[in-house]
Amino acid sequence: MAEDPDKMKVEQSDMSITEDRDVKMSQAPIMALSAYELAQKIREQKVTSEEAVSAVLKNIDEHECDVHAYLSFWKEEALAQARKCDEMVRESTDVSTLPPLLGVPVAIKDNLLLRGKRSTCGSKMLKDYIPPFSATCVEKLVAAGAIVIGKTNMDEFGMGASTEHSYFGATRHPEDPDRVPGGSSGGSAAAVAYGGASAALGTDTGGSIRQPAAFCGLVGLRPTYGSVSRHGLVAFASSMDTAGPITRGSVDAAMLFNIVNGADPKDQTSISAPKVDISAMENYDVKGKLIGIPKQLLREDTSYDRSGVSSRTMNRAREFFVKNGAKVEEIDMPILDFAVAIYYILSSAEASSNLSRYDGIRYGYRSGQASDISELYTKTRSEGFGKEVKRRILLGNYVLSSEHFDDCYRQAERARNMVKKAFDEAFSKYDFLLCPTAPGVAPKQGEIDKDPLAAYIADLCTVPASLLGTPAISVPFGRAEGLPVGIQLMGPRFGEQEILGAARFVEKALASDIDGDISFETQTMNQKGGTDS
Amino acid sequence: MSDAESRARSTETRPFETIVGLEVHVELKTESKIFCSCPTTFGAPPNAHICEVCAGLPGALPRLNRKVLDYAILTSLALNCEITRRSRFDRKNYFYPDLPKGYQISQLYAPIGRNGYVDIEPVEEGASSKRIRIHELHMEDDAGKLIHDEAGNCTMIDLSRCGVPLLEIVTEPDFRSAEEVTAFLQTLRTMLKFIGVSDCKMQEGSLRVDVNLSVRASGEEKLGTRTEMKNLSSFRAVSKAIGYESARQWEIVRNSGTIDRETRRWDEEKEQSFSMRKKEDAAEYKYFPEPDIPTIVTTDKKIDELRSFLPELPQAKRRRYIGELGLPGYDAGILTANKEITELFERTNEICGDAKEASNWIMGDLMKLLNDSGTDPERMEIREDSLGEIIVMVKEGKVSRASGKELLRAAFAEGAIPYEYADRHDMWLILDPKVLEEVVSKVLSENEKALSEYLAGKEKNFQFLLGQAMRATAGKADPAALRAALEEKLAEMKKEY
Repeated sequence: MAEDPDKMKVEQSDMSITEDRDVKMSQAPIMALSAYELAQKIREQKVTSEEAVSAVLKNIDEHECDVHAYLSFWKEEALAQARKCDEMVRESTDVSTLPPLLGVPVAIKDNLLLRGKRSTCGSKMLKDYIPPFSATCVEKLVAAGAIVIGKTNMDEFGMGASTEHSYFGATRHPEDPDRVPGGSSGGSAAAVAYGGASAALGTDTGGSIRQPAAFCGLVGLRPTYGSVSRHGLVAFASSMDTAGPITRGSVDAAMLFNIVNGADPKDQTSISAPKVDISAMENYDVKGKLIGIPKQLLREDTSYDRSGVSSRTMNRAREFFVKNGAKVEEIDMPILDFAVAIYYILSSAEASSNLSRYDGIRYGYRSGQASDISELYTKTRSEGFGKEVKRRILLGNYVLSSEHFDDCYRQAERARNMVKKAFDEAFSKYDFLLCPTAPGVAPKQGEIDKDPLAAYIADLCTVPASLLGTPAISVPFGRAEGLPVGIQLMGPRFGEQEILGAARFVEKALASDIDGDISFETQTMNQKGGTDS
Repeated sequence: MSDAESRARSTETRPFETIVGLEVHVELKTESKIFCSCPTTFGAPPNAHICEVCAGLPGALPRLNRKVLDYAILTSLALNCEITRRSRFDRKNYFYPDLPKGYQISQLYAPIGRNGYVDIEPVEEGASSKRIRIHELHMEDDAGKLIHDEAGNCTMIDLSRCGVPLLEIVTEPDFRSAEEVTAFLQTLRTMLKFIGVSDCKMQEGSLRVDVNLSVRASGEEKLGTRTEMKNLSSFRAVSKAIGYESARQWEIVRNSGTIDRETRRWDEEKEQSFSMRKKEDAAEYKYFPEPDIPTIVTTDKKIDELRSFLPELPQAKRRRYIGELGLPGYDAGILTANKEITELFERTNEICGDAKEASNWIMGDLMKLLNDSGTDPERMEIREDSLGEIIVMVKEGKVSRASGKELLRAAFAEGAIPYEYADRHDMWLILDPKVLEEVVSKVLSENEKALSEYLAGKEKNFQFLLGQAMRATAGKADPAALRAALEEKLAEMKKEY
């Protein structure tokens, strides 16, 4: 990545995605590899885990002061683990029996607990909190041989879509420090994007994996609700919280999904999803597929996408799938007009309850100013939570109050079932659904706080899958205004194989798209640099 | 004036009616807590039994203990409730330092049991039984305990009780007197102990009763404003509190005052209730469905299976004792009022095969021992088999009835084993005819005068000779056997005479 941000932008607007990767490779070749490839090379002893971890740490040294993707990382421990992994490889008589991610450096979002490591959730409330147990998905990742490099920044308790709402300061977009990386898993996305980790786990309640992945040019998979245990995921909205991978490609996403997927006795809402067959993904063809585009998700966003990036991206995506032999239809789903409202009512209700435990009594921040218990609660929570979190708690309390429960919470619950019905119907007909991941490209820092309602509305495309508990993936689909753009593929419950296959198909087509027909945004380039006539 | 009479009189003269509904919290005696695997042991050191789940740490999730669900369904069945086929948990949100999650996991919208009833036996002899309707039965987790240290001017929190499983049983406002409430609570407690789901110890808090009470003028249809009373730690307190509260309310109503909708706290020492909080400051609980626990689906098969585990309940036993065993209703009532007594009776009957005799011993001697020593039947030390063995020993003439009573006392007081105790205290009666014959011969040879007079026709000398023979055995002979042996010997001699 270039030192000078301006120069970098010009360079990148001239390049296709594959070439962009090459730039990174020239700086740290190891980090250009996917996690899948890296794991293979480590097993084959072509690269050592120590080299891989060192490369990651070098990138962290170089970029962290600008990007601030991590809230904490542990260099020596990571290197020591890497050396242990290398030893395991050297001593192994049959490398095929080694764990699949052996020696691969990964990052985890700060709301995924790792025993003994500070887990703040981006909040002052938990600024010194050290958990006594690990999240099941983190344990599975570690059992698969991954080396956890550190914990990544996030919007406080996952509430936000820009990673600006962190008590520890904002994460910046790795390609443009004036912009946000998206959120709330912005730290995870930024770290993977700049080479600060080979892959990462994020969490997605209303789009927090998919939207930052789209903004940072990565693949973000929100798996079927329940397929990844929530044990050790600090709750935001329990009925929607889902951990999942943010990776450089869909094969990595599939591999990480296979590792973290599985029913867990510690989470009674968890359930094993079928494993994704990675070799079948390679053979996936969109030819003959029937793809639906929910009309209501094509609404132009006038706050974040004034130049219509999303609609142009969708036009290209539609053309792409049709050109490759799929049939694309628009579907009318009027209930989706309420999706954002439903999501904010239900998620805030759950959040207001989930965050009650932060009361300053047993752990976490406690105000030193209180003279009685009621004041202790009030001051602790007023001082310990940020503005956005307080907004959600107030909203949640409002919709759960006996006065408003029936016309807010109950109505939203009913409407959620209507969304489910509408999508059940759609999934019975279409192989998968297609829509933008988020309006436009990564917004400028500070832009989101100007209008919180507009920020909520910007979640339109990601909240349906959250309400449904169905899997959805954001896959890079070229660039616009010099920044990455993603499209979202949504599948039915347990439909990971289908959407990962389709994502892989898109990825391969884009990589071989030398002319840049698909991934270029001519218009934007003209506007920006005017280098092409 | 008998109790019944005084009650009858007071209802006649009373110008008002007391209406009571109960909320009963029952602590289940599962080994582990409702949402985690911590033990539920009572009286453990503070915070000894906590984990990330019951202590409400970030990232921890509840996982429902199947046993709690089974116990809740069993209890619902015993209370004749409909089982909710798709039951759910809900969160009850409020802040309190003993509530680490900031919410209690309870059931508001779809409790496991609904629309049940319990028939309570008549309070007065001859009256018919009364049906108390059960509004619902639901599961929930208990909170921790605050320990106020006045000396240290601080409050400490013990979270060990967090997550101990509770059933809340809510009745309809069907009670009209403290006696009915007490009868219901006794029936409920015995029933729960029979099913084996709870110890129901009010002192230890495993049975907690909140009383909802209102009054209205006799003949009035409309219900008055009710108050809720807490901190009732014994049946006696419940009874006293109902008396106090109905009088307090009527005094207000009679003077055209208004009853505040409030929660009151019973002060057992002062025997008065005090306002804790008014309805207006009552917390807004913001109930909503618990998203961490899936819907609980209960099938017919599951219900049938659990129903088959349901033991014979006290009321059924009572009917059987009267019908099959031929016991009087009064006896049957007492024998089934308490699990330990019932079990002792059934085992005793099994051993001695004489229900009436078993009942007599329990109703007479055992009850006297219990009353005299002030022992709670739960804490009886008597072995289950002892009374049956004693009755058999007495019936077979191996020990005297007096010895039998002594054996029961020892079995009751020290847990003595009857056979051993009889050995140790040389209680066995001599039954062996050979031994008795020798005793008789010896006694007759030592009392020639009395014998010859008897043989000559002085019949009353028989009693003297029998007394001498008994003395010769130091009272150890079975009176009947000894008498038989003496009669036989004398008859022989008379023939020869």
